[in-house]
Amino acid sequence: MSNTEPPIQPVSDVLVTDQENSIELKEIAGLSQGQIVRKRFFRHKGAFIAMIVLVVIILMAFTSVGTQFGTWKTGGWWPYTWNVAVAIENGGKPTLSLFPFAIGNHPFGQDEVGRDIFAVVMRGTQQSLQIMVIVGVVATFIGTVVGAISGYYRGITDSVLMRFTDIIITIPVIVIGAVLGRKFGVAGIVPLALILGAVLWTGLARLVRGEFLSLREREFVDAARVAGARDRRIIFRHILPNAIGVIIVNATLLMASAILIETALSYLGYGVRAPDTSLGKIISENQTAFATRPWLFWWPGLFIIAIALCVNFIGDGLRDAFDPRQRRMPTERNLARAKRAAGPPAPVPADGGDLDRAAAEVSSRGAGMQAGASGSRGYYAPTPTDEDRPAPKRDDS
Amino acid sequence: MATFVVRRLIASVFIFLAATYLMYQLTALSGDPLEDLRVSTAPNKAQLIEARTELLNLDVPPFLRYFIWLGGVIGVTGKGFWLGVTVQNQPVTVLLAQAAGSTLQLVTISNLVAIILGLVIGITTALRQYSGYDYGVTFISFLFFSLPIFWVAVLLKQFGAIGFNDFLQNPQIAGWVAPVLGVISGLIWMSIIPGRGRRKVITFAAAAIATAAIIIYISASDWFSTPHIGIVGVVITAVGIAFGVTAISVGLKRRRALYASLTVAALGIVLYFPFMYGFSYRMELQGFILLAVATIVVSFVIGLLFGGSDRLPVARTAAITGFLVAGIIALDRFMLVWNQYANSGQIKGRPIATIGSATPNLDASFWVHGVDLFTHLVLPTIALILISFASYTRYSRASLLEVMNQDYIRTARAKGLTERTVVVRHAFRNALIPIATIVAFDIGGLIGGAVITERVFGWTGMGQLFQNGLDHVDPNPVMAFFLVTGSLAILFNLIADLVYAGLDPRIRVS
Repeated sequence: MSNTEPPIQPVSDVLVTDQENSIELKEIAGLSQGQIVRKRFFRHKGAFIAMIVLVVIILMAFTSVGTQFGTWKTGGWWPYTWNVAVAIENGGKPTLSLFPFAIGNHPFGQDEVGRDIFAVVMRGTQQSLQIMVIVGVVATFIGTVVGAISGYYRGITDSVLMRFTDIIITIPVIVIGAVLGRKFGVAGIVPLALILGAVLWTGLARLVRGEFLSLREREFVDAARVAGARDRRIIFRHILPNAIGVIIVNATLLMASAILIETALSYLGYGVRAPDTSLGKIISENQTAFATRPWLFWWPGLFIIAIALCVNFIGDGLRDAFDPRQRRMPTERNLARAKRAAGPPAPVPADGGDLDRAAAEVSSRGAGMQAGASGSRGYYAPTPTDEDRPAPKRDDS
Repeated sequence: MATFVVRRLIASVFIFLAATYLMYQLTALSGDPLEDLRVSTAPNKAQLIEARTELLNLDVPPFLRYFIWLGGVIGVTGKGFWLGVTVQNQPVTVLLAQAAGSTLQLVTISNLVAIILGLVIGITTALRQYSGYDYGVTFISFLFFSLPIFWVAVLLKQFGAIGFNDFLQNPQIAGWVAPVLGVISGLIWMSIIPGRGRRKVITFAAAAIATAAIIIYISASDWFSTPHIGIVGVVITAVGIAFGVTAISVGLKRRRALYASLTVAALGIVLYFPFMYGFSYRMELQGFILLAVATIVVSFVIGLLFGGSDRLPVARTAAITGFLVAGIIALDRFMLVWNQYANSGQIKGRPIATIGSATPNLDASFWVHGVDLFTHLVLPTIALILISFASYTRYSRASLLEVMNQDYIRTARAKGLTERTVVVRHAFRNALIPIATIVAFDIGGLIGGAVITERVFGWTGMGQLFQNGLDHVDPNPVMAFFLVTGSLAILFNLIADLVYAGLDPRIRVS
């Protein structure tokens, strides 16, 4: 036996867990909470891809046909606009083709009067995205404030606010949205979005209240109070940062549902009104044309799905990133690398081989149960290899 | 417990009153109910305006008009339960009675299917966490979660109804379909069923061959023109059900349970021919329900007789088997009249309906009416399932994973219990607690969500009642709609709380 070997190897059943922990700890050592969250978020492949796609969609929607905020107005790089009809080419069929790749004049086709569908869809995407963001901000703000006050002060304040929440929650969102949208949708998308935000906060308020109820009983809050901190400081500096994960995750999910509700309301005719347009409205206008001009129907639908899907995936990634209980499953390769770093595996005596194999199986099985998989299948190394086999004890050498 | 319920009930009544008041005001103030008359050029314009003002009490301001409506609901106006009239002077009570039936039918059936599917898929994904199946289902549920329902509905109408009806004119399945679907089904089953190496290959081959064989049989026997399960299919499924239900509920080692289930299955098979071509011909809905109840009771008794010392689990297994086997036979009976239905004068060979909730003036037997219901329900149900399926799978998966991480599951495994006992007895029951509350909560909100589905599929249900009312700024029909959805929401909220308190001993209600 060479002298380079470490004198003592860990015993079999703590081996796996210790090495996993060391990988996990090494990854987050010396990082702030924000850095850890960011790191975990970017590790979530679905969320990362979704974020890139969403950014591309946003850039495309706002630069292509031009934007208008109040009096400020820009033009876009796309030659057509969403409200001007041009001569119909090619029977209005989409000119986009992948093999060979070509964009053509009207990649998404034209409608029966000759409007360029790419421009129309981009305009609809703009409107839907704006509504999504405004609804998200308004609803998150109201929900957080109501939930925080309710959970922090408890007692009569809590009862009053929560009964009020109950009243709003009793009315289905689509119903109250339709009733309010009928009145305010005419005024444009910003009032519509504000109104939608004012009815969508209820679920978040309940969640934030629950978080506050449990956080306010924690020792660090007592410590802050003993130190003389006022209520406002305790709420904003001590409790809110601890509840921020729940709030951000639910804000993203809320935005995803906001875009679906907006399209549904526009579909029913209570959302965005003519001459303006939104993704839901384009579908509503063109649903009877499906047999003759299916592209009028496919593109806005695909954009709705793409946006909602991206936002949902980002929400999922954030949930994983903020969850302190979340432990990444180290890949087999990382585990093997960690083991190599700890020292080369010792040669296995012939007679002890079977027992060691069984020990490795048991330990991987135990870890599998921790990860929530059924006991018959550990989450890593379905068949124990030499790499996984724990080294024998060598106290005697 | 009783004080808790009473306190919650009283609070609920007040919340409901406040919510109806809010809703009434919002609707009444959402526009001008006389708008269409004001711009009209009719010579008797003033008279019309006066008539409508009289009809809908428009001279009373909305914040007081609510109490006229409320008086009608409580019944103090002397007309009993009275919800006012619409702009067209139709009593809302009558309209609501017509509308509620079809909506409740749609919502109940779609929700039931979505819950069962969501639970089963959620649980299997939790048990096979991090498998390809798990990742696939996760992605699909995210996708479904992001689907606008009206978009899906239009696609369903195009491909599920028009396309499928065209296909039924000449039902030929292309040659490549059987092998491709076989491979897909093999991959799915391989991912669900545990095992490695040789066992995986066997699973894959069995699933692929079985699927391909079924498709080839369907293609060869012109199945779509005369759909059937047949006595052979019933025997195979009945025996499979007997084994499957026993394996899941008590385990195959309990021989008594297995024999009881097999006896029940055999009884079903024996009664197949007398039922199919005999006494089912005179059957109506009451008889059908009576027979279903009788099946469960008889199966339960058979289980008790076989049971031995620990009877109840055996009896339960037998009852479930009996119910499922009877369901398969009933399904075959419905299929028997398919041809007659599809080729009847009113259907003309295009059975899957795109619009409406029933074929008008269909004069036929109970079984044909059942098929008619199916053809109208299938598309809206699929649409509703697609959007609610996602949340149920996610919830049940998360809930089961949470439970599987508990110490008592490790204890159960350490005691040497079988995997079935651990999952079914220890994990599944505890995972159901949060799911039960979520389901109760969801049912309350589902009717409101069906507004769009109803509109796309042209159902004259409550969604239409709501929308017509809103378009005419007429609070009465809108309030009738809200009376049902709101009270269901509050009722199921209460039920959710009670279920939670009843199932989870850690929750104290007082």
